[in-house]
Amino acid sequence: MNIATRVRDSAIEVAGAALTPDPSGALYAPDARALIVADLHLEKGSAFARRGQLLPPYDTAATLARLAQAIARWSPGLVVALGDSFHDSAGPDRLGAEDFSALAALQRGREWLWIAGNHDPDLPARAGGDRAAEWRLGPLAFRHEPARGRATGEIAGHLHPVALVGGRRRAFVTDGHRLVMPAFGAYAGGLSLHHPALAGLFSGRRIAHVLGHDRVYAVCASRCG
Amino acid sequence: MSIARPTDDLPAPFAGWFSARGWRVRAHQRALVAEAAAARDALLIAPTGAGKTLAGFLPSLIELATRGRPNAPGRRLHTLYVSPLKALAVDVHRNLEIPVAEMGLDLRIETRTGDTPAARRLRQRRSPPDILLTTPEQVSLLLASPDSAHLFADLKRVIVDELHAISHSKRGDLLCLGLARLRALAPAMRATGLSATVRDPDELARWLTGGAPARIVRAAGGAAPDLAMLEAREELPWAGHSARHALADIYRAIEGARLALVFVNTRAQAEFTFQALWRINEQGLPIALHHGSLDAGQRRKVEAAMAAGKLRAVVCTSTLDLGIDWGDVDLVINVGAPKGASRLTQRIGRANHRLDEPSRALLAPSNRFEALECVAAIEAARAGAQDTPVLRSGALDVLCQHILGSACAAPFAADALYANVVSAAPYATLARETFDRALDFAATGGYALKAYDRFAKIKQTKNGLWRIANARIAQTYRMNVGTIVEADMLKVRLVRAVRAKAQAGAPLYTGAVTRAGRVLGEIEEYFLETLAPGDTFLFGGEILSLVGIVENEAHVQRSAGDAPKIPSYAGGKFPLSTYLAERVRAMLADPKQWRKLPREVRDWLRLQARRSVLPDAGNLLVETFARGGRHFLVCYPFEGRLAHQTLGMLLTRRLERSGMKPLGFVANDYALAAWGLADLAHADMDALFASDMLGDDLEEWLQESALMKRTFRNCAIISGLVARRAPGSEKTGRQTTISTDLVYDVLRRHQPGHILLEAAYEDAATGLLDIARLSDMLTRIEGRITHKALDRVSPLAVSVMLEIGREPVYGEARDETLRHAAEELAREAR
Repeated sequence: MNIATRVRDSAIEVAGAALTPDPSGALYAPDARALIVADLHLEKGSAFARRGQLLPPYDTAATLARLAQAIARWSPGLVVALGDSFHDSAGPDRLGAEDFSALAALQRGREWLWIAGNHDPDLPARAGGDRAAEWRLGPLAFRHEPARGRATGEIAGHLHPVALVGGRRRAFVTDGHRLVMPAFGAYAGGLSLHHPALAGLFSGRRIAHVLGHDRVYAVCASRCG
Repeated sequence: MSIARPTDDLPAPFAGWFSARGWRVRAHQRALVAEAAAARDALLIAPTGAGKTLAGFLPSLIELATRGRPNAPGRRLHTLYVSPLKALAVDVHRNLEIPVAEMGLDLRIETRTGDTPAARRLRQRRSPPDILLTTPEQVSLLLASPDSAHLFADLKRVIVDELHAISHSKRGDLLCLGLARLRALAPAMRATGLSATVRDPDELARWLTGGAPARIVRAAGGAAPDLAMLEAREELPWAGHSARHALADIYRAIEGARLALVFVNTRAQAEFTFQALWRINEQGLPIALHHGSLDAGQRRKVEAAMAAGKLRAVVCTSTLDLGIDWGDVDLVINVGAPKGASRLTQRIGRANHRLDEPSRALLAPSNRFEALECVAAIEAARAGAQDTPVLRSGALDVLCQHILGSACAAPFAADALYANVVSAAPYATLARETFDRALDFAATGGYALKAYDRFAKIKQTKNGLWRIANARIAQTYRMNVGTIVEADMLKVRLVRAVRAKAQAGAPLYTGAVTRAGRVLGEIEEYFLETLAPGDTFLFGGEILSLVGIVENEAHVQRSAGDAPKIPSYAGGKFPLSTYLAERVRAMLADPKQWRKLPREVRDWLRLQARRSVLPDAGNLLVETFARGGRHFLVCYPFEGRLAHQTLGMLLTRRLERSGMKPLGFVANDYALAAWGLADLAHADMDALFASDMLGDDLEEWLQESALMKRTFRNCAIISGLVARRAPGSEKTGRQTTISTDLVYDVLRRHQPGHILLEAAYEDAATGLLDIARLSDMLTRIEGRITHKALDRVSPLAVSVMLEIGREPVYGEARDETLRHAAEELAREAR
């Protein structure tokens, strides 16, 4: 059974809309043939290097390679990057030649939307694609930072949720009304499900859709440390 | 006893001082004076209580007393004393001041540790004392300062104390590189090493001198130790680590002693033993607790109370293995397995520092396997056998740190630094190519993808010298110097859960709104991350249940249960030494030796011989049997818990691939038990234990092993890849640094040959994964497997299987756990 068939069983419903989580941390919206990814943090390694911590300069390549796999799985007509796609707005200018062409190859033949994040509010032209503060799909609003208070149908990134269940793993968190996506970037850190900034967003019972090796597992948040 | 001679050949104030105290100069003290006069390096091997420290300083005191005043005040530093313990440096300082004052010597002696105020540290560099007492980390710091060449130019002697405790660690590697640097700066400098008895003194002498001939001076040994097994009235249990059965007898032994040290192997055991002793403390004896995660202030109080003779017993971990003599200890009780012969001897030495009286020690095994180990250790200690670790080759992450430190001191030529590095014994065989890769790492990260040239930390000048790129790099180096990497700790906070509001759709989990309470202490993050909410564990003498982890805090509640579900740190840090393991195997195979064993252990072995067969000295015994609907495989390699855990991980992978449906395994120091759904008796044992498991299987496991990631984290920090502390940031490392687990994943995939991965594999081979030992074992047993298919569990196997559920393998993230959690939710939905 390939991943695409398997993950179809594990749909996430947000405000009545059905979405499919991919074990890479991407989210597929079948109605719009759109693949959504949050917090790529491309060029985080080089941002650290500038300050004297010479982290391996392969994080962009690693992130793009994983993204390429997810794109190959779903063949989306549109990719939405939900903000903090680059670790800083100057990130695209630091892209190495190979990473630059890898990104361009992913963008070819499909629409590409960069949603602005707090790390990358204005991306230069070199990043390609289109820019927006928000993207809407039926009852759903896709933005980087979760809005305060109730926000039915909101899908956001920014908080990098991580569940502690048999180890530390990235996860989607939802109460059926809104959804926070896991960070996709190779060097993106994590925030516990029980951190007030995350837990405070939800009013209903929280389910964590935890990224396993080749599928996504739905786990009750109270079962996670 | 040491041979004493008159003191006439010492200079007047010294001869007078010795005779005024009614002391005679001991032979080894005299020998060190003679070696110093001949300008030779010397290694003093002496048991505790032999006047080792005074012997080390005597040559320097004599030289300083007889020399004229130096002209240049900035070049006064004569002797550098290095101790692995801050507290020991302070204590030695205090003791040294006594003879100096009594002889009226005009000397300045100062201590320099991490606690020394910055102003005094600066003054010590401008106007150094005659004798400076310090720690290895401070030596690195001094050497990395731009004035180090001036400061050490006239250094005459370096004294390294407790050399046996430091030489085979990364701290030792860094210190050894420092000594090499000192020899280059001060060619007249000679080294004096002070050590307890070790397996190979020549090896240690080479470590000290870098190869030049060092004289080894041996102090006469004291009286033979008085060693015995504790006779417990209750039956010795099959398994477990609590020694609960022996507590009443331990208490009686404490009653009969002036001051007893009760050594245990782990913090959890210390907590348990301390609590249990107080429960039966009818006399109200002052019994205290001393271990590494107690608050430092609390530990100082216990030490002071010991010194003041106010205590009758201290329950302690290896924190009291080294260093200072706190009070008049006359009994050592070692609870649990001694793990190594030298370790035991050094612990015994903590009792009675007078050489002419025997040290008294009792060993209290907590289970039957440990009883075998205790008997083997007692015999080894009586025979004076030593099993201190073999010197390792120098760690590459330490080399990377040293290279950056060298650039902080002054621009260097690569050739000259390489020549200096290989003059340090741990690096004697370092290839130039490896050195160049370390240099490349220090400069730009050592990546195949040359992305960071403009961010280089050290750069080559026009004349080819390597110099530090900017002051900030040097500052970061200084803030992160050293090789002691603390585990990421989480605060443990007691919380009261707020009851969920009774309304539809109310959250079941209330973690975010629990009310914050008292902080109980700190505990390693990697341990807590393996727990699920509701799991209970022992901490600070209480059974706690985990509520959840919020930021850098673990929220817990008091638990009503009387047995914690997860026994934190049950096994202890040190695996059984290879030497003791051999002795145990030999003893098992030879029933004639069994009379030394407690009765219940003899009966246990006889029963084993009847029901199965005894493991013998050369072969590996593998038993298979079914029990409770599961199939078990138990083997007895006696190679220590770490090697067994690695073997368990690899065996279960293999069993999985061959369709044997393994479900889990458990390991202790002696044996390994794995179980599954298929009958493991049908497995091809020779193929299962074939040493090629250290190839692809190991590779595959290392990709995701949490132990490997912890090993890598240490290397990343020591090498300076990630900085725990950065200039201008008072935050804890957590906010400013990146998860090294993520870095590991990326580096492994994109540059598997990187120098830091190489460093981490080398660590793993001897450290947490003990691959080297596993590899030796697999080679040893090739074609020598004795397989017994049994119809029921064997007596030896019972002792291993009782550990099931008590000895978790930490942090192995497998999807099984996740699947179970998901099934729970699915069931609920039905």
